[in-house]
Amino acid sequence: MAVHQIDITRDCCPLTYVKVKARLYALETGDVLEVLLKGGEPLENVPATAVRDGHAVLGVESRGGGIHLVRIRK
Amino acid sequence: MDFVCDDAFLERYSRHILLPEVGVAGQLRIRRAKVLVVGAGGLGSPAALYLAAAGVGVLGVADADVVDLSNLQRQILHATPDIGAPKVASAARRIRALNPDVEVVTHAQYLTAANIADVVSRYDFVVEGVDNFPSKYLVNDACVLAGVPFSMGGILQFVGQTMTVLPGETACYRCVMGEPPTGKIPTCASAGVFGAIAGMLGSIQAAEALKHITGAGRPLLDALLCFDAAAMDFMKSPVRRDPACRVCGAHGDIRTLSDVAGPVCAGARRACAPDAPKTP
Repeated sequence: MAVHQIDITRDCCPLTYVKVKARLYALETGDVLEVLLKGGEPLENVPATAVRDGHAVLGVESRGGGIHLVRIRK
Repeated sequence: MDFVCDDAFLERYSRHILLPEVGVAGQLRIRRAKVLVVGAGGLGSPAALYLAAAGVGVLGVADADVVDLSNLQRQILHATPDIGAPKVASAARRIRALNPDVEVVTHAQYLTAANIADVVSRYDFVVEGVDNFPSKYLVNDACVLAGVPFSMGGILQFVGQTMTVLPGETACYRCVMGEPPTGKIPTCASAGVFGAIAGMLGSIQAAEALKHITGAGRPLLDALLCFDAAAMDFMKSPVRRDPACRVCGAHGDIRTLSDVAGPVCAGARRACAPDAPKTP
């Protein structure tokens, strides 16, 4: 199991989740993707859409400054 | 790995990629797909535009005509400055402007029994949008014999009809319609056509091609979709393969292509009349 990272703090909807979805597509099943994102819309939508697509959200933690880290397992 | 995590790719196709039924895998299938649009007219225009917008890798356009002023009421690939130019030239220009990712292949010759097999066999899917019955039967027979899935489409006045065919597996145009009609048949040129329905039907054909490529949804197989835009009635009728079909039946006598002599027309109304399709 490998851990990968992606920073979408500079992206806007819908590219936020599209980038996450594309990274998840390229990973092996069981791999974890750590997503750095902003609060508000990305924090609301990215984890929810990942679950809709059949992935597991392992946790969400605040990194300060309105930035959050979401861990998603494919 | 066959995957380019390019921001422009992700942004251009984001609305597709977000769909669970398409996703990244489906969009990559679209990028690898080769689709031929036969006829750059009323149906081929919206079909080609949506296929180009969707990012089809290779988009073939076959048409031997030049743009005429009377085309512009519905053939939205072409514009007023294109009058007199080959339709494939204005089509290619418009498609490349819309999406430079798409490789456009133009076929400026009339497709005949002698050359159509070679052309359709280079593609994964064919969208038929021609304006006469001999050409419709030629496209049907060529795709069936080559094993290339295809969408048939026709419009006249306010009526449209379409079906999608998986050769050897589902009903083909000849299974449903029987022999080409003979005698005097109304055409778009003689009976008129409500321009916007070209967009309705050609868009359905593009959607069918993209569904086939991505595996999304259920294609319009073993079914004939007809609509009457005057009342905006839609009707989907089940159809079946004809065991005695001359081209896809087990004992069919059409094993090579030959041009079918007959009147030039684009009838959809006749075929949509309740008693016209040769439904089982």
